[in-house]
Amino acid sequence: MPINLTFSRSARAVAGWAIATALFATAVGAAPKPDIGHFTLANGLEVVVVPDRRAPVVTHMVWYKVGAADETPGKSGLAHFLEHLLFKGTALHPMGEFSKTVAFVGGQENAFTTQDYTGYFQRVSREHLKTLMEFESDRMTGLELTDAAVAPELKVVLEEQNQRVANNPRARLSEQIDAALYLNHPYGRPVIGWRNEIEKLNREDALAFYKRFYTPNNAVLVVAGDVTTEDIRTLAEATYGKVPKVAEISPRLRPQEPAQVAPRHVTLADAQVQQPSLHRAYLVPSSTTAKPGESEALEVLSFILGHGTTSRLYRTLVVEREIAVGAGGWYNGTALDATQFGVYGSPKPGVTLPKLEDAIDAVIDEVVANGVTPDEVDRAKARLIADAIYAQDSQSTMARWYGAALTTGSTVEAVQTWPDRLRAVTADAVNAAAKAWLDKRRSVTGHLIKDSQKEEKRT
Amino acid sequence: MIQRLRFLIAIAALLIAAAAAPQPAGATTVQRVVSPGGIEAWLVQEPSLPLVALNFAFVGGATQDPTDKPGVGYMVSSLLDDGAGELDAKAFQRKLEDNAVELRFSVTQDYFTGSIRLLKDRLEPSFDLLRLALNEPRFDADAIGRVREQILAGLRRETTDPGSIANRAWWRTAFPGHPYGRPTGGTQTSIPTVTADDLRTFAKQVFTRDTLKIAAVGDIDPVTLGQTLDRVFGSLPATGTRVAVSDAPVRDGGRRIVVQLNVPQAVVRMGGAGIMRKDPDFIPAFVVNHILGGGSFTSRLYDEVREKRGLAYGVYSYLLPMRHAAMFMAQTQTQANSTKEALELIEAQVDRMANEGPTEDELAKAKAYLKGSYALNFDTSTKIASILLQNQLDNLGIDYIDKRNGLIDAVTIEDARRAAKRLAQGGMLVTVVGQPKDLSSKEPGG
Repeated sequence: MPINLTFSRSARAVAGWAIATALFATAVGAAPKPDIGHFTLANGLEVVVVPDRRAPVVTHMVWYKVGAADETPGKSGLAHFLEHLLFKGTALHPMGEFSKTVAFVGGQENAFTTQDYTGYFQRVSREHLKTLMEFESDRMTGLELTDAAVAPELKVVLEEQNQRVANNPRARLSEQIDAALYLNHPYGRPVIGWRNEIEKLNREDALAFYKRFYTPNNAVLVVAGDVTTEDIRTLAEATYGKVPKVAEISPRLRPQEPAQVAPRHVTLADAQVQQPSLHRAYLVPSSTTAKPGESEALEVLSFILGHGTTSRLYRTLVVEREIAVGAGGWYNGTALDATQFGVYGSPKPGVTLPKLEDAIDAVIDEVVANGVTPDEVDRAKARLIADAIYAQDSQSTMARWYGAALTTGSTVEAVQTWPDRLRAVTADAVNAAAKAWLDKRRSVTGHLIKDSQKEEKRT
Repeated sequence: MIQRLRFLIAIAALLIAAAAAPQPAGATTVQRVVSPGGIEAWLVQEPSLPLVALNFAFVGGATQDPTDKPGVGYMVSSLLDDGAGELDAKAFQRKLEDNAVELRFSVTQDYFTGSIRLLKDRLEPSFDLLRLALNEPRFDADAIGRVREQILAGLRRETTDPGSIANRAWWRTAFPGHPYGRPTGGTQTSIPTVTADDLRTFAKQVFTRDTLKIAAVGDIDPVTLGQTLDRVFGSLPATGTRVAVSDAPVRDGGRRIVVQLNVPQAVVRMGGAGIMRKDPDFIPAFVVNHILGGGSFTSRLYDEVREKRGLAYGVYSYLLPMRHAAMFMAQTQTQANSTKEALELIEAQVDRMANEGPTEDELAKAKAYLKGSYALNFDTSTKIASILLQNQLDNLGIDYIDKRNGLIDAVTIEDARRAAKRLAQGGMLVTVVGQPKDLSSKEPGG
């Protein structure tokens, strides 16, 4: 389960978000390269422009280089809570005015928080872009909060935690895996926060966090759609350009992981579980922390091991050995610090999780011992590069790629050269990555099982 | 194959809810393409990216399942890419991947739908896989066995998932004895009984040219599209024998069903009578629903339940017009202590809207939003293809996207009030799953 789980302000998020997020892990570029604009305003705000002239609409996003992993211990959930509170008004535009304006011009809006970044966006017809830039730049430093606005929103966030986590055993297992995987790094805390800490968050916490991190020199503006770089330069200078730098930003130095020396196992038993499953996460480098070529190799490795029905895990466990109903793997390379490589499986009835785990281990051991074939590598690379062409069909996806890259320590150039770096991946590199990183001592294996005792009590 | 199982496990709970509203394009030009063999498609030619998206639908989804075997259509949709023609499941999946083609099938109560997204330089082999899947699905025993186990695993999960329990209870109660009352995804008793013959019969009866609608977007010219249509769809039977489906009212308005489940947050699903898509009041009702509980952060339900009181993370309502019934639906999720309050607030807001209608100011703002946001539905090939397909299924005419904002604009306050009165007339059927405090089942009128 990826650590970059996003938490949107509203359950009615824009369609396609899951797809876009899944694609973060893959590629950009290939066919016709969009002519990306990239510049920085005098107050430090970085700006990226992704032209897509096919429809007269734009996606306007502001990304802050702050996420849950930047919270002070004891205040988990604060980055996400603040994201909700950014909709509560400023001195210039009282509560509700921004959303009413977005609605009146036919725009859609939302916001999201992950471990590494917090983002706000609107999608709107081109002619309304300037209005939204005025509003969005105003709330960069102009937020005003009353207890009357904060109190109900805390209840909303607690309901969000119920909906996403408390009601969902798989999400609760995911939290336990993250917590066990990160011995020292704040990625071990849930983005939405621990419930006992969310309950205690308040207006003062939120404002202090806001003043520390919300400043143009800690943000990235991404505009994708029917615009030119020159249009955006003019508009950005007239709006965001007037926002003063209000804080100095220190380097994002989070506590790092020590050498990990022991495999960990966690089991979550719940009466609600009717279909057991197994989820393992390995601690691995992200595209930002990896040596050159290593993250790309992990990308290819995760594809060969776990992507779709032709992957080694699916073919072995589901098709050949017929012991699982599902199996696969993933790698989330978009992170500022050490990230996760995951594998998972759901057993058929009558197959125990230890048996399934042995079978997963056998597939992984085989890859580590004997490596992947050059043919597998070529196929994976071709498919990953094709995803980049599909991604260009969506201005929102493109905007998210650049925003996520620039708030996790990557660069515009790195996004653009991604397909080339992927093409350069060899079977040797994939095999070296497998040997180096698929090491159980750096992993947590989670079992999701039915709590039979509890159920018996109930009935 | 079962996408749901495979990806959702890894990607976990990213919530998405599609913007329900079909909405205008501006620069989008829709062409009617008729193939040499007489197959029609609507096309938006867009050469700036080397890809093509094509969506299609046949009338007759889960309503065409045998009465005692719900889930046959769903199983067909899961198996079409698990082997066709000379290619077994492995070979077929490999060709899909080697050509980087995205092929999806799905089934709703009313339709069997498919979509393909492909790279222009792989046009022929990609469409060939779609042709094989539709014309020569294998339904091999091993693939059926695999998919059956996957569907059953999903059904087992649903037995303790509050949202699934609430949905199933709602549909079963609203449409007793009607195909809409049967679960599209089947049941734990029906799925094991489905045979290869059931699957073949479904495909033969439903995959026919007489009800086929097609929309294509991307870097393909009308001539190539015409040839492609004949190749992919031309050999399908002209007609099939479909089970007739009767129009049905939503039953049991005013009934509340509370199912106890040990989860901290209760799930609430509610629905009553709506308005058919072809009804002249549909557009007014669509505008009214936007004001009451539609997708923006400014609706009455959002304001009352979430903004003012913090009772829920998500609360909204929508119109669900189907071929044989029309619904007005609402839903939320909230902790046990506040379930009753949230439910009563929603019911009061629905009643108030029915009795008074919206204000002039609300109507003006809703029209502005709905007109302005229509263009947002035309910025990707897949979104355009899906709207063009829906407009065909709804018999709206190829020029609808140019007319649509005029229809929104024409809604008067009288239209809105009249349509509002028709929402949930006869009351809402409510299903609640969880441990709601001081809330129990009740009979209609109770």
